[in-house]
Amino acid sequence: MKALMFGWEFPPHILGGLGTASFGLTKGMAQCGDMDITFVIPKPWGDEPKDFARIIGANSTPIAWRDVSTDYVESRLGKVMDPQLYFDLRDHIYSDFNYMNTNDLGCIEFSGRYPDNLLEEINNYSIVAGVIARTVDFDVIHSHDWLTYPAGIHAKQVTGKPFVIHVHATDFDRSRGNVNPTVFNIERDGMLHADHIITVSNLTRQTVIEKYGIPAEKVTTVHNAVEPLSEELLNLEVPEKHEKVVTFLGRITMQKGPEYFVEAAWQVLQKVHNVQFVMAGSGDMMEKMIRLAARRHIADRFHFTGFLKGKQVYEMLKASDVYIMPSVSEPFGISPLEAMQMGVPSIISKQSGCAEILDNVIKVDYWDTNAIADAIYSIIQYPAMYKHLREQGLDEVNRITWDKAGAKVINIYKQLM
Amino acid sequence: MKAICLYFQIHQPFRLKNYRFFDIGNDHYYYDDFANDDIITRIAERSYMPAARTLLEMIRDNGKKFKVAFSISGTALEQFEQYVPEFIDVLKELASTGCVEFLSETYAHSLSSLVDPDEFIEQVQVHDEKIEQMFGQKPKVFRNTELIYNDDIAAMVASMGFKGAITEGAKHILGWKSPNYLYKSAAAPKLKLLLKNSKLSDDISFRFSNPDWAAYPLTADKYIGWISNLPEEEQLINLFMNFETLGELQPRETGIFEFMKALPRFAMENGILFMTPSEVVSKMRAVGELSVLHPISWADEARDTSAWMGNIMQDEAVHKLYSVGERVRMCDDRRLKQDWYYLQASDHFFYMSTKHADDGSVHSHYSPYDSPYAAFTNYMNVLSDFMTRVEEQYPSEIGNEELNSLLLTIRNQEKEIEALNREVTLLHTNIDKDLTGDFAPVAAEVKAEPEAEPEKKPAKKAPAKKAATKKAPSKKATAKKTAAKK
Repeated sequence: MKALMFGWEFPPHILGGLGTASFGLTKGMAQCGDMDITFVIPKPWGDEPKDFARIIGANSTPIAWRDVSTDYVESRLGKVMDPQLYFDLRDHIYSDFNYMNTNDLGCIEFSGRYPDNLLEEINNYSIVAGVIARTVDFDVIHSHDWLTYPAGIHAKQVTGKPFVIHVHATDFDRSRGNVNPTVFNIERDGMLHADHIITVSNLTRQTVIEKYGIPAEKVTTVHNAVEPLSEELLNLEVPEKHEKVVTFLGRITMQKGPEYFVEAAWQVLQKVHNVQFVMAGSGDMMEKMIRLAARRHIADRFHFTGFLKGKQVYEMLKASDVYIMPSVSEPFGISPLEAMQMGVPSIISKQSGCAEILDNVIKVDYWDTNAIADAIYSIIQYPAMYKHLREQGLDEVNRITWDKAGAKVINIYKQLM
Repeated sequence: MKAICLYFQIHQPFRLKNYRFFDIGNDHYYYDDFANDDIITRIAERSYMPAARTLLEMIRDNGKKFKVAFSISGTALEQFEQYVPEFIDVLKELASTGCVEFLSETYAHSLSSLVDPDEFIEQVQVHDEKIEQMFGQKPKVFRNTELIYNDDIAAMVASMGFKGAITEGAKHILGWKSPNYLYKSAAAPKLKLLLKNSKLSDDISFRFSNPDWAAYPLTADKYIGWISNLPEEEQLINLFMNFETLGELQPRETGIFEFMKALPRFAMENGILFMTPSEVVSKMRAVGELSVLHPISWADEARDTSAWMGNIMQDEAVHKLYSVGERVRMCDDRRLKQDWYYLQASDHFFYMSTKHADDGSVHSHYSPYDSPYAAFTNYMNVLSDFMTRVEEQYPSEIGNEELNSLLLTIRNQEKEIEALNREVTLLHTNIDKDLTGDFAPVAAEVKAEPEAEPEKKPAKKAPAKKAATKKAPSKKATAKKTAAKK
């Protein structure tokens, strides 16, 4: 079966959980066999893994005809795509886009991030999708998250092939209910055009049904999974810590509930002294959190590392004794699974999607700082608790694999055809 | 007869390196050696050295009628010793002219006067000892970090025996009064106060080379003219500034050095003298009392302490630091004490200031950090490690008082052992005398009787001294152990 997927991020150049999940799912589906996946992203860097999917960059797809030689294309795009594909795509330009801002190859530039002119990039992406949909052969269209819904709709209108959208998050999660109407409309439009909707958790499924008014039978939950970690990461050497370390890792934004972590830390520090709390990451609430920690007089025990990337994330986890994710609303939340893979006992909010599939973690309401503090205290004070969560958690998370999720998605494809 | 009292501040902090969370508990070296070396060497080359030579020249040319005072923080002196020893030589040369006075201040350029009186007093003593040891004069006039001053500080300073103190002529304190008089503290009337003339000081520090300024270009002639045109009764002009003003803030090209060199000549023509602060204090009479309830300083527009303790981050950092003060003073680990001083420099808290607009730009100009938040997190990481080290010496479970009494016993024990030792040797000689046939003096025997036990022990073993000295450290160790267990 051939699938055309539209995504925004792909490892190793990721900005959030979307890239990790898109990649994991693609790989899991490939492992199920008999899948041919074309994955479109705005801006490939050339070092993306190509074993499971053919990657097409929106920024290397021509939308305006340019008379260029094979050698020139090779020299410009050789790193990210086969020149032949460029010419195939060029043969399928469907309209005169010379009025657009295009480069020497007739392509539009993309940032591949979340710039201020995001809506413009989303629109450009769907223009490019028209060329790709006319060129590539596929049986089903699969769009990851709202940024790519317009592209999927376009591809469906061009080819009439079944259209699946994958809801990794909704704007209700990102904004704590303060929805941006433009984003909401793009999301809802995608959901209405889709032949089937996949959500990453039942929590998100409920949101889609209730807030966007989508018939329940059109929505199926396929929980995310995790990639097994490499030996290198599992055996990372980190400086030994002489004190217990409790870690929060993620964007410091309203959605992640960082303030509940600070309050819980304050409570724990009233009882035990030799604990260090770490808030790793950056975000618009970071300065507010620094001030909050200072106001609670725990700043000598509460540390901020700033944004961590790549290996630093795993170093941080390796050095931790407790991982905490007090998200106010988390469609899935892959990071506790990564913490568990590193053998770190985790505390997660009941309001996160991953709570639906995890058993060997401590689940609390995000607003219940007493319960969070109790949970932290028990893990750092009672070795049996720590050992149990560490070992059972590791065992549990190792059984959550992407091929199972991949099989479910393939099953949905089959029903649509 | 008018007098100019000129004083320069020299201070450099030990800047902290980027200290990551992972370093806590593992890395106990906190300083950015490269930046510290680089900055002080650069400033010394552009400012301190040429400026000090200029002053030396001025003293020689004017037959010692030109006088100046310095206030140099202990951390700056340490950095000079380490990176620019030639500047110390110039300072010593200045000291030997007899026209230069060195002022007292806190060793670490710290805020201890506001938070920790014990620390404050100790640091002033440490600083003055260092000054005396280096320059052979004992400071007589006190100048607090950044001219911070209030009535409480006045009382402490007076109790330490200082006759005068230097502070800011803050408008909200002076009201209609002029800074050009000698005042005395309302809290400690024996303490005379020299107040900075902000306008005339800042004319040199900040406006000297500003072409938009109405008085630009400023010449020595014009400047002295302003001073001599002041009312006849206003006799004391206190010009206080950073030493970097000469050469760094106002670069050599602005003609600042020539301006300085010309000052004494025009001053003398107008009958204006130069006096050091201690001369002022001993020769002039105070015209009135000043009461300062809330601390003032020479920083920012508000002239208060909000540049260092104006937001919750700064408060948190300051109070966390001084929460271990008592413990650090009890211990004798030299590295710990050194770090303790370096971490107290007011600059660390200055970097955390979130004040905006005009004042904010001064803060960010001097700060090695991108934001006050970065300054705070880095400092707290370092402080966290430092506090862990203090705790390793004295666990936090023991109260300060209990710890104090334990330490007191340990120290007394040493003295006790010493005293007993002396007695033992005395008795020993008596026994020797007994053996040789001399009759022991009764007094010694009577005195020895209450301490029968220690008398017996050394009697068994011949080398009494050795046994006693061996015993001393073991006793000390067990006492420490019990302290740790508790």
